[in-house]
Amino acid sequence: MKTESRLEKVLASGNLAVTSECGPPRGALPDKVREKAEMLRGYVDAINVTDNQTAMVRMSSFAACVIIKQMGLDPILQMVTRDRNRLAMQADILGAYAHGIDTMLCLSGDHPYFGDHPQAMNVHDIDSIQFVQMVHQMREEGKFMGGGDILNPPKMFIGAAANPFADPFELRVARLAKKAKAGTDFVQTQCIYNLDKFELWMKGVRDRGLHEKVHILAGITPMKTAGMARYMKNKVPGMDVPDEVVDRMAGVPKEKMAEEGIKICVESIQRLKEVKGVSGFHIMAIEWEQKVPEIVEKAGLYPRPENL
Amino acid sequence: MITAERKPLEEIVASVKPFQRILLVGCNECVTVCAAGGRKEVGLLASALQMHFMTEGKTIDIKEITLERQCDPEYVEELNVHMDQADAVLSMACGCGVQEIARRYREKPVFPAVNTKFMGASERQGVWAERCQGCGDCLLGLTGGICPIARCSKRLLNGPCGGSTTGKCEISPEVDCVWQLIWDRLKALGMQDRYEDIMPAKNWQTGRGGGPRKIIREDLAE
Repeated sequence: MKTESRLEKVLASGNLAVTSECGPPRGALPDKVREKAEMLRGYVDAINVTDNQTAMVRMSSFAACVIIKQMGLDPILQMVTRDRNRLAMQADILGAYAHGIDTMLCLSGDHPYFGDHPQAMNVHDIDSIQFVQMVHQMREEGKFMGGGDILNPPKMFIGAAANPFADPFELRVARLAKKAKAGTDFVQTQCIYNLDKFELWMKGVRDRGLHEKVHILAGITPMKTAGMARYMKNKVPGMDVPDEVVDRMAGVPKEKMAEEGIKICVESIQRLKEVKGVSGFHIMAIEWEQKVPEIVEKAGLYPRPENL
Repeated sequence: MITAERKPLEEIVASVKPFQRILLVGCNECVTVCAAGGRKEVGLLASALQMHFMTEGKTIDIKEITLERQCDPEYVEELNVHMDQADAVLSMACGCGVQEIARRYREKPVFPAVNTKFMGASERQGVWAERCQGCGDCLLGLTGGICPIARCSKRLLNGPCGGSTTGKCEISPEVDCVWQLIWDRLKALGMQDRYEDIMPAKNWQTGRGGGPRKIIREDLAE
């Protein structure tokens, strides 16, 4: 084992891993964090805590991770290169590890343009691949990016994002290869609605043996309404929602839409379980965390492995 | 070149309002090429200001002059003969020109009439786009001659983010995804395998991160 990460242990055991996420509140509301995380207890192996997602200010991922850790659960510290330079990032990684946080996700982050502070300067001192390299070097060599020695180096299990649906598609496998080369242990993918395209990407991944270097957790997001499906199709950059999915959501009465969304999501998991190289699922139920247990159970991913 | 755009007239009016005699100084270099602060724009702004103050029942004296290069002390000296008759200077040069005047004429207030934008190139008639951020350590040789520092919204050095869609950046369909451009170019050059070399974290010391920069050429410096 490279780390103490529970997620690493689950993946190493050969079980399909399950992660989900909590968006921290837009206020100093620790109970809100606890409430969301509690819904996931026992149903997931680790909980991603987003870092100012969609470039909106929220409680810091680090602080929310500490709250979740204190509940005896396993948070995944998300961190974006948009808001911090290399000094601040490394400082927070030391701090997080000192609080027992041992798993993180390295991202570049949504552009401030999309958020509530479009006036903000985006930092991007380093990019997401250099970020992975940095955390990897901290763990493996016990050295800061600047070369200095770290006392008690943080041993982070290192995650990154992968979007098989963004363009240029032909570069997407190479991009994963680059993330693997940088030292990524696992990736969580963009929400998958176009399963055919995902499988095509996975074929490219397997052809290069990348699934043996990096654990791939397939991203799943249940749709609540046909409106949400249309929004994701048309408005969210890098999202691929086929017409069939939108039509299927729109084809049921309004009060049945949520149920249909869960059904689509469970069917997707069932199909993706059969895809060689998929090591687990990352279920992002945006402001709908209470549905995660139901999805996990219906998808046959419950109970979660114990005593690893 | 350095690109600029003229400030809104109201802002310029507010800055020169307290003064009677204005020396309006253009520049014959970059701002002329990007039609922001050359001889022609100096003339247009002078007229616009005269008209504006006339409607307010006020007259002001505007002396128009366009220097060969406003960021060069040698040419700025040409303003000497006019300075005594000016209460304030309004500069249509980039920020470098404005500062050169401020440095040379310490007692004279100087106001910018343009917003300096970026180092860029002309894409077509009337359109300029950013090309360089002056990082001080050019990496264009590695990226097919296309700069991800200046042209990626997230300054990514190792490939496109997850928001690249049909060749466009996630922030706007008007913005090209620079990594799509770089990838297409690497392919055209048969250099695709270059893509998987990890570009290490940038040393920003050669750029603005190292503080205000200066070039000293011992062979030329006096």
